Amino acid sequence: MHPLIKLVAQRIALGLILLLAVSVVIFLGIEMLPGDTAQAILGQSATATSLANLRESLGLNQSPATRYFTWLGHALQGDLGKALTNQQDIAQAIGQRLGNTLFLAVCAGAIAVPLSIGLGLVAARFNGRWPDKLISGVTLAMISLPEFVAAYFMILLLTLVIPILQPVSMIFPGMGFFEKLHAVALPVIVLVMVVLAHMMRMTRAAILNVMQSAYIETAELKGLSPMQVIWRHALPNAVAPIISVVVINLAYLVVGVVVVEVVFSYNALGQYLVDHVAKRDLPVVQAVGIIFAAVYIGLNILADLIGIIANPRLRHPK
Amino acid sequence: MRIPLSALIGLVMTGLFVLSAVFAPWIAPYPIDAAVGKVWEGPSSQYWLGTDTIGRDILSRLIYGGSVTIFVALSSSLLSFGMGAFFGFLAATRGGWIDTGLSRIVDLMMAVPSLIVALVVLSVLPLNLTVLILVMGVLDSTRVFRLSRAVAADIAVMDYVEAAKLRGEKQGWIIFREILPNAMSPLVAEFGMRFIFAVLFISTLSFLGLGIQPPLSDWGGMVRENKDGLVYGKAAALMPALAIAVLAISVNLVADWILQRTSSLKGGRGG
Repeated sequence: MHPLIKLVAQRIALGLILLLAVSVVIFLGIEMLPGDTAQAILGQSATATSLANLRESLGLNQSPATRYFTWLGHALQGDLGKALTNQQDIAQAIGQRLGNTLFLAVCAGAIAVPLSIGLGLVAARFNGRWPDKLISGVTLAMISLPEFVAAYFMILLLTLVIPILQPVSMIFPGMGFFEKLHAVALPVIVLVMVVLAHMMRMTRAAILNVMQSAYIETAELKGLSPMQVIWRHALPNAVAPIISVVVINLAYLVVGVVVVEVVFSYNALGQYLVDHVAKRDLPVVQAVGIIFAAVYIGLNILADLIGIIANPRLRHPK
Repeated sequence: MRIPLSALIGLVMTGLFVLSAVFAPWIAPYPIDAAVGKVWEGPSSQYWLGTDTIGRDILSRLIYGGSVTIFVALSSSLLSFGMGAFFGFLAATRGGWIDTGLSRIVDLMMAVPSLIVALVVLSVLPLNLTVLILVMGVLDSTRVFRLSRAVAADIAVMDYVEAAKLRGEKQGWIIFREILPNAMSPLVAEFGMRFIFAVLFISTLSFLGLGIQPPLSDWGGMVRENKDGLVYGKAAALMPALAIAVLAISVNLVADWILQRTSSLKGGRGG
């Protein structure tokens, strides 16, 4: 077998094992902590008998392993059970909200990726001069801000100082595409700010790393302009680390969306998770937690795979 | 030793934050929970930063809130440091199944963003200061573990460690007397990064309503209390937001300077 295929298969298998382990931890780890679902439902009014009865009807007195595999079996068939608080079907509730979350994340990614690579190229081109210092300074400040702080500064700027957007983002099923875009503009801007800095800094570092090679000097000596050198010679050789940083930061959007959705009251998966953590609705928290974990792990594996495939030494082994 | 201007600004600002947190009861002009003015008053000579959603003085709450934020962040970063460094050194010096076991556990914990893990765990545990500090400390100790394991692995092969082993010194001696003093400088720089991360983490949790619970209030919680005012053009929510940003940037400036002075070992912001 080609060693590349073997390596790729290994990474995917490793990722699946990791995901399975995470689902076990999220499902059973909760069991080891004090308090259980029955107690969460009954709260203060719990008596020993009512607790025992409820545990019986929820199947909580079966062994943890049995319950895990029952749950896993149902989950793989798309049945995530019912929410404790309102008996709503979890899979159905997630279905609608997942679309909204993905819409937000895809918009943010589509803007952040080209923008950060562009800024990284400019910073590398003017390495050490004022455009580089300006870009690096602003992005360093942005790295130190939590998402919700960045969000409120943007709300101040774009709804009060320059009133062009709404501080609340609601999207409805019947809305047109451009209406939706206008509705999510502000949260998208905030998410872009959150992931931009890291991607841009790594792009700059990767380009500067390549710039020390002998072939760059050759390209400079034959009289190419600095931007041509970067575009034609440095960028293609720096593309592997850049892509994997980009994908890892897209995975970081998973955390970003949770907070940003709450700030803008955007009805999607992150908001749903936070609401149900506050209500102590375990089945919902488990299901949504595992979905977020799966997306995060999946994107990280993707970053690994792109790194492997983009590396010519691994692609053409001796 | 010449301190660059940015690091000096960072040091002074960080010092001011810490002092105001420690002496909060003496310098705050009003009590923490007294509604002293009208709702959402603007800044005035009486209330320097205005009043909040139920008429409490924002400056006073900011000073008290800062002591909560700084106390929680400092405790959890000390915990993550103690745990991470201890297990990291243990893994590096013992090797074998202890190293493999600890490293796999850390891989598993880092496979999911800390915020998501924290949310899942906090859906079961009671929300109080001890639990928050423990959860944040344990989750963040994974990053310290990786760093201290790498640093200690480099030191563990040095001649003086070998000599101590041959002298028949115990594990504790090797960790605390041989490795720790030599690993101090990269760890000190990392401590700044972990502290910032803890500030951002507790602020985010409180903002989501899952961190510090009333009647106590930290900066993240203050943003949450006052966020509705922003729609009507009341800037009360921005004061605590600004405080978080300024504290984070100040500590960052100091940590950046220490990092540059020590080595290329860099800490990340982390997920």
